[in-house]
Amino acid sequence: MIIRFDKLGVVIAAIVAYAALAAPFATFRANRIVPGQARPILEALPPTLGMLLLAIVIAAAIVALLRTPLILRLAASAAALIALAVLIGIAGGFLTPAGNTFARVAPASGFWLLIFAFTLLLADVLSRLNLSPWARVGVLVLATLAIAVLLVSGSWNSLSILKEYASRADSFWAEASKHVTLALGSLAGAVIVGIPLGVLCHRVEKLRAGVLNVLDIIQTIPSIALFGLLIAPLGWVAVHVPGAAAVGIRGIGTAPAFVALFLYSLLPVVANTVVGLAGVPRAANDAARGMGMTDRQRLLDVEFPLAFPVILTGIRIVLVQNIGLATIAALIGGGGFGVFVFQGVGQTAMDLVLLGALPTVALAFAAAIILDAVIEMTATKRRVVETA
Amino acid sequence: MKAWLPALLRLAVLVLLVVFITSPGWFEPLLKPLTENGAPAVYNQGSLLTLTLQHLRTVLVATVAATIVAVALAILVTRPAGAEFLPLSRSLVNIGQTFPPVAVLALAVPAVGFGEKPTLIALFLYGLLPIFENALTALTTLPGNVMEAARGAGMTGWQRLMKVELPLSAPVILGGIRLSVVISLATATIGSTVAAKTLGEVIIAGLISNNLAFVLQGGLIVAALAVLIYNGLSAIERYAARRMGQGAE
Repeated sequence: MIIRFDKLGVVIAAIVAYAALAAPFATFRANRIVPGQARPILEALPPTLGMLLLAIVIAAAIVALLRTPLILRLAASAAALIALAVLIGIAGGFLTPAGNTFARVAPASGFWLLIFAFTLLLADVLSRLNLSPWARVGVLVLATLAIAVLLVSGSWNSLSILKEYASRADSFWAEASKHVTLALGSLAGAVIVGIPLGVLCHRVEKLRAGVLNVLDIIQTIPSIALFGLLIAPLGWVAVHVPGAAAVGIRGIGTAPAFVALFLYSLLPVVANTVVGLAGVPRAANDAARGMGMTDRQRLLDVEFPLAFPVILTGIRIVLVQNIGLATIAALIGGGGFGVFVFQGVGQTAMDLVLLGALPTVALAFAAAIILDAVIEMTATKRRVVETA
Repeated sequence: MKAWLPALLRLAVLVLLVVFITSPGWFEPLLKPLTENGAPAVYNQGSLLTLTLQHLRTVLVATVAATIVAVALAILVTRPAGAEFLPLSRSLVNIGQTFPPVAVLALAVPAVGFGEKPTLIALFLYGLLPIFENALTALTTLPGNVMEAARGAGMTGWQRLMKVELPLSAPVILGGIRLSVVISLATATIGSTVAAKTLGEVIIAGLISNNLAFVLQGGLIVAALAVLIYNGLSAIERYAARRMGQGAE
């Protein structure tokens, strides 16, 4: 009998072998900023659990290495990820000396590599399964629930990132809501202004090149510079326009961040509206005109529904981009998760960096999955209508 | 007159940029109104020219590395031997693009420490994605009849890659490199928050000391660089597309 290897499995097994046997699983530090001591799996966990974790990851790596059915690969990757998530919390409790509140335990490179390897396996299985949009959102909801259960049950409380959270729980949620408000608010503004502007550009050809060129140039200005450059004009407005300061327009803070994100959002929205409307089949427009529809009816009942998936793609780009860019708002006092990232960088406290970076990545990732699913749903609906 | 106006504008921006970074002192009277309490109007904690060159070097090194790796990977997954990795690499690119550059930068610090290294890593990783995506799109959507003809002409796999596939994909791959460079120019400024020597230093010094003149000069230099490089690479891209007979119609 010939044993056949899975090519991706070889890569995964190699990463797992290195991560589980040679790399540290957790780091222990006497306080939050001193350099840590690395602990491999068997020293980071009680002996039985350490052996159990090794057995699970090695078994899962073997499943990945051989050509096994997809469902088995799915089970193996999920089991390994769950075991890692639960046991890193236990390692935190095990490594922290009783009653010591200064000691910090953080996941180390071995843990992150193992997570990466099995996420790779899971991503491969999911992309080969060709899941429907609803199923993909379902997987996202399940993963979110699993993480929420681990967070609420307190099994991660002994890890240093949650100790950072515990000491600033209030400001965490305040910054979280600022971050989401900035990202979603600027998106809403860009949709309200951008779609009509896109329609105008579609109808008036003379306008199109000019508007798109200006927006193109705005996109090339680095975010940190644009944030900075808006401080001056908004500061001037705040001083010289009566009432502006009262509604929150100031030189530094949320206002310039909001305006900058809004400006960045315009190009994808306007450009995709133009492309979407241009892609509406002539026949559909002719038929609508033949039926005696007015321009307005044609726009709302024919062109928009047909261009919708393309416009949504623009909105997806904007949302994911804004969630990431909103971190930079912290540099000009605009708040958001960036506050923790830059504080952490300033104090060389990497757990604090993670406290800001991980939620940002998670938000952007969730937004991408949800909007991709919605885009696919509207696109398939359109195909069904076309073939019917 | 429409045809030469953009070229003239670009030239003016370039001349202004070069004059500004070589002798910023000349512009002091222009920037002075933006400062308060007699603060310096022109960045005085280092030479703007050196910072600009360091900024460009960081971006160049990261982009060259990213281009080599991304194109090699795209070639690998479009050969029969690597076809198994194609669906996964697609979803990895999708996932990767949701990572904000700041997060990549900040997360690289614990691994390699402060300074230029985390910036290079962040620029490299973030620069990979657009190039890989474009290279993949280009290599998977080559016209079937051309590939058929190359095979019929008796070309080996290597010859097809070097003489047909890569030249035909060049304009789209260049488009990816252009996107990657513009993103990197911007992300490199954030590198200064982790002590990398880039133009971000000027902007951040301005933000910290509330000196708008610093913010403005740092921001404008980076913006001008980005616009000029973006335009330059677009021109190269159009040239490559014309040579491949794609932009003519």
